[in-house]
Amino acid sequence: MHRTLLLLVAGVSLAFGVDWFLGEFIEEYVVRIINLCGIAIILAVSLNVINGLCGQFSLGHAGFMAIGAYVSAYFTTTLRVLNTETGETVVRSPLFDGAWGFVPALLIGGMAAAAAGLVVGVPTLRLKGDYLAIATLGFGEIVIIMLTNFESVGAARGLPGLPNYASSFWILTFAWICVVSSVFLQRSTFGRALIAIRENELAAEVMGIRVARLKVMAFIYGAFFAGLAGGLLGHLLRTISPSTFGFMKSIEVVVMLVLGGLGSLTGAIVGAIVLTVLPEALRDVEQQAKLPGIRMVVYALVLILLMIFRPQGIFGQRELSLKLLRRLLPGGRK
Amino acid sequence: MLELLATADPGGTSLAQALLQQVANGIAKGSVYALIAVGYTMVYGVLQLINFAHGEVYMLGAYFSYYPAKWMGYTTDPEDPTFVPAKVPLYVVGFLFVCSMACCALLGMLIERFAYRPLRDSSRLAALITAIGVSLLLQNGGIMLFKADPRGFPTLVEQSSVDLGLVALTNTKIIIVVVAAVMMTGLHLFVQKTRPGAAMRACSFDMRTARLMGVNVDGTIGLTFAIGSIMAAVAGVLVAMDQPTIDPLMGLMAGLKAFVAAVLGGIGSIPGAALGGLLLGVTESVVGTFSTTYAEAVAFVLLILVLLVKPSGLLGKSGREKV
Repeated sequence: MHRTLLLLVAGVSLAFGVDWFLGEFIEEYVVRIINLCGIAIILAVSLNVINGLCGQFSLGHAGFMAIGAYVSAYFTTTLRVLNTETGETVVRSPLFDGAWGFVPALLIGGMAAAAAGLVVGVPTLRLKGDYLAIATLGFGEIVIIMLTNFESVGAARGLPGLPNYASSFWILTFAWICVVSSVFLQRSTFGRALIAIRENELAAEVMGIRVARLKVMAFIYGAFFAGLAGGLLGHLLRTISPSTFGFMKSIEVVVMLVLGGLGSLTGAIVGAIVLTVLPEALRDVEQQAKLPGIRMVVYALVLILLMIFRPQGIFGQRELSLKLLRRLLPGGRK
Repeated sequence: MLELLATADPGGTSLAQALLQQVANGIAKGSVYALIAVGYTMVYGVLQLINFAHGEVYMLGAYFSYYPAKWMGYTTDPEDPTFVPAKVPLYVVGFLFVCSMACCALLGMLIERFAYRPLRDSSRLAALITAIGVSLLLQNGGIMLFKADPRGFPTLVEQSSVDLGLVALTNTKIIIVVVAAVMMTGLHLFVQKTRPGAAMRACSFDMRTARLMGVNVDGTIGLTFAIGSIMAAVAGVLVAMDQPTIDPLMGLMAGLKAFVAAVLGGIGSIPGAALGGLLLGVTESVVGTFSTTYAEAVAFVLLILVLLVKPSGLLGKSGREKV
């Protein structure tokens, strides 16, 4: 318990320090990319619990993000009314006021996504492999189509004017929480059980693991953080529309995982960073070469070649650690 | 509701007639789904792979007939609005279809050879992700080469409404239904009655044993991709003829929905793909009478329901799980 608290305090103060540093010395464009990396890390690490540890291939992560983004935006945006007499916006509930009010809004968004995870997970997790993938894909599409139809959340135009709450501090803090809790989870009995399910579902069941229940729990965990990341992304972009959370977004997160190595936490982090920075780097290439669209083509090619030549990803199921680095360096013991 | 009925059926008044009209439209739409779904179902039957790139093959099918038509001067020129293209003669229409079918067959075989064959022995997940990658590649390559904005497809057949007694359909929709029916029947006969068809069935039953029996497995898989792509190419040209615009993203939704149709009918079964396609098309059209936007969600709601109740689909065989 002490260690958890210590880690939390360390993480928050680190985030605070980095936030200050970024604000003072680093240009805005770079800060934005770092923020996007933080959100990508939350997404990839949370999906890693479902796809990597538990081995349940989900293609619906963007659906959970959308739920988190829209619900948290409801609390930070729709709950404000413009007082026509004074010309000021008034927050209906003081709980959701200001930068601190962002946290309850985010958490509620995450919980809404987790609830959706429960509703979707209970029936669909009976399915296996490809079938689960397409069922979750179907779920994601249904969420998007629903949002496109609700006039109260701006339908296809989306919801503009989200307050600028997603600072580097919050993004890094939540990324830290997500990573630390994933590490704990991976080492706990729960995490071991998930790995057992991945390796052999039948054997796990025979060993007394409650497979159905644990799968749903992993799903809820992933959905919660996806919702949180959705809320953060919404308040970073300041405008959300259903198309932000389309099928491609889910694929993007899956690709991050696969690039790093499915089942490797550090792999997920590296994958998230690489795939956030790479498109930005390719954007320059795109402009110089005057070939609009080459970015996504390169992205797709990398994916195909990676699968053909190194299907286990950069790290496989291993973790990047000091021990591994030492072994890889020249003169290290093999 | 009344306005809806009035727009759906200007002459009559009864809801039943409006619905009947939607069923007819749905059959035309469903025929297209069925043509695309066949490609999914055949590949899944043999390789247990969801060929995500199949929707893009359908999209390219439309482009593979658009460009020859353009080079022959049958398309409108966006830079010169006064230019009126000549009427497309029947033999050119035939040529465009054949050209698109040939190019797509080649494309399908190339995709199989270079993207899927190296992965045949690795995990199914790796193959699935590669399929997604190929789909992204073709889609974005399409955007890069053809530009993202929609293009007007040449008028292959002058559109007119045909009165069929209870319902009225455009002649292009009738052509879609007839062509789809002929192609599906032909494919069914091919798979059931010919030697290559028997080889396909053998591969889908047990690839290893089929190889031991002297079946050319690689060739058969290539053939499967070629045939699936030909069906998608025909669907692409038919839809382009009916719409009549094409764009590089037209394969995304059509592909996903056709896949849903394949799952609905029972993946691996060709009559199942036909049934699933028709069922999906009709349901979508009927729901579309009431709300056009929710009609988009119908496919996915149906998908989840089918997967939960009978994952093997309507006509599929339920497989045993080997321990």
